[in-house]
Amino acid sequence: MAEAAVKTEVKREPLFSRRNRRLVTDPFNDNNPITVQVLGICSALAVTAKLVPAIVMALSVTVVIAFGNVVIASIRNLIPNRIRIIVQLVVVAALVILVDQVLRAFAYDISKQLSVFVGLIITNCIIMGRLEAFALGNTPWRSFLDGVGNGAGYGLILVIVAFFRELLGSGTLFGFPVLGKSTPGQETGLFAMGYHNNGFMLLAPMALIVVGVIIWVQRSFNGKLIEKN
Amino acid sequence: MRELADLFVKSIFINNMIFAYFLGMCSYLAVSKKVSTAVGLGAAVIFVLLITVPLNYLLNTYVLGPGALAWLDDGFADVDLSFLSFIMFIATIASMVQLVEMVVERFSPALYGSLGIFLPLIAVNCAILGASLFMQQLNFTSVLKPVVYGLGSGIGWFLAIVALAAIREKMRYANVPAPLRGLGITFILTGLMAIGFMSFGGIEIGGDTHQEKPDQQGVVAKKGEKSDARKGTVAYESPLNK
Repeated sequence: MAEAAVKTEVKREPLFSRRNRRLVTDPFNDNNPITVQVLGICSALAVTAKLVPAIVMALSVTVVIAFGNVVIASIRNLIPNRIRIIVQLVVVAALVILVDQVLRAFAYDISKQLSVFVGLIITNCIIMGRLEAFALGNTPWRSFLDGVGNGAGYGLILVIVAFFRELLGSGTLFGFPVLGKSTPGQETGLFAMGYHNNGFMLLAPMALIVVGVIIWVQRSFNGKLIEKN
Repeated sequence: MRELADLFVKSIFINNMIFAYFLGMCSYLAVSKKVSTAVGLGAAVIFVLLITVPLNYLLNTYVLGPGALAWLDDGFADVDLSFLSFIMFIATIASMVQLVEMVVERFSPALYGSLGIFLPLIAVNCAILGASLFMQQLNFTSVLKPVVYGLGSGIGWFLAIVALAAIREKMRYANVPAPLRGLGITFILTGLMAIGFMSFGGIEIGGDTHQEKPDQQGVVAKKGEKSDARKGTVAYESPLNK
């Protein structure tokens, strides 16, 4: 008996074992939710015209996915298989309502900018995808790490896209005019030399093309992701 | 009547779910490899939107909105349950999708087989919930409008996915750079198609309704972006004028 107890002690892995760390790091590159798993594109494209909303969105999604994963993983053995999608939706919707109310209370302007896209976190495929693929078969702690990793991987792409769109589209970063002021008549910095913002970057289609280019770059560095077609 | 026709055309072309709002991209990218499957999924989306948008409209008008419960009793006149709308909308949608799934399985096993896993995923298709959330912001006045809006948004989504599937079937014969193959080129294609659809934005529709304007936050935000972009182009042109 004593031996068995010792054995189970040994089998317990540390909280940040290599296997668990890979859960967090994989989604940055090899298993990125947007560029590899093709999940959660909808919101990724719509909120990336500026950096600040993109970061707020990434944080909200990370919170929802991490805690949704924990909740579903904790009750995974109690959920009847047939109604699991509805159970997941209810858990996620409750979390999203919390996030929405917090945003309205503490960041009203950004909440206005994000408009319906906060609500659409409910149907963000990343969340349902990770719940289905991971949380239903793993322990709460591992699911939490998986959620944080995927949320961060999603946030990474969001920030990259928003960086280029804001820099090239409005000439600002986080709202600071890094390229100089563009007000007509008193231009400074690059604008004084005749540089102009590319207003097209702010429009919806360019988000798609920027993501397409990111996928292109990522896959040229990471050959195993190339599709056979 | 004219307003309805307006709303219909606008929701198909100008406020296209995919090209203007990027809603429902996940299934849009995943199911667009063959035209036949795309047609099936598109039809399912039209059907689900046509049912859920009016249902959620009724739910919003008579249960959830500020003062919506006034028909029950005067005491409820200042009750505002709109913070519950996410969970109520998604519950309606999930149950309707379950129903559609059962109907399709009963009457068209072939379609059921080809749609496979994607039918239950319609429940988490952003376009469905998105249409309901936009509906909430548009403040429709009669129940006909959400019907038309749901139908129009569905048809717009259908058009987008069928067009993309057709292009992707042809793309198989093109020599795309290896890292761009599959997902990458699909993104760029969709971007180019969205640029094409932007040209519909310039259409002036006769009966542009005035009462919808103040509350169209989602759309106003989009318009804000557009006007920023216009400023950009104006700034670009002004030195030439000098």
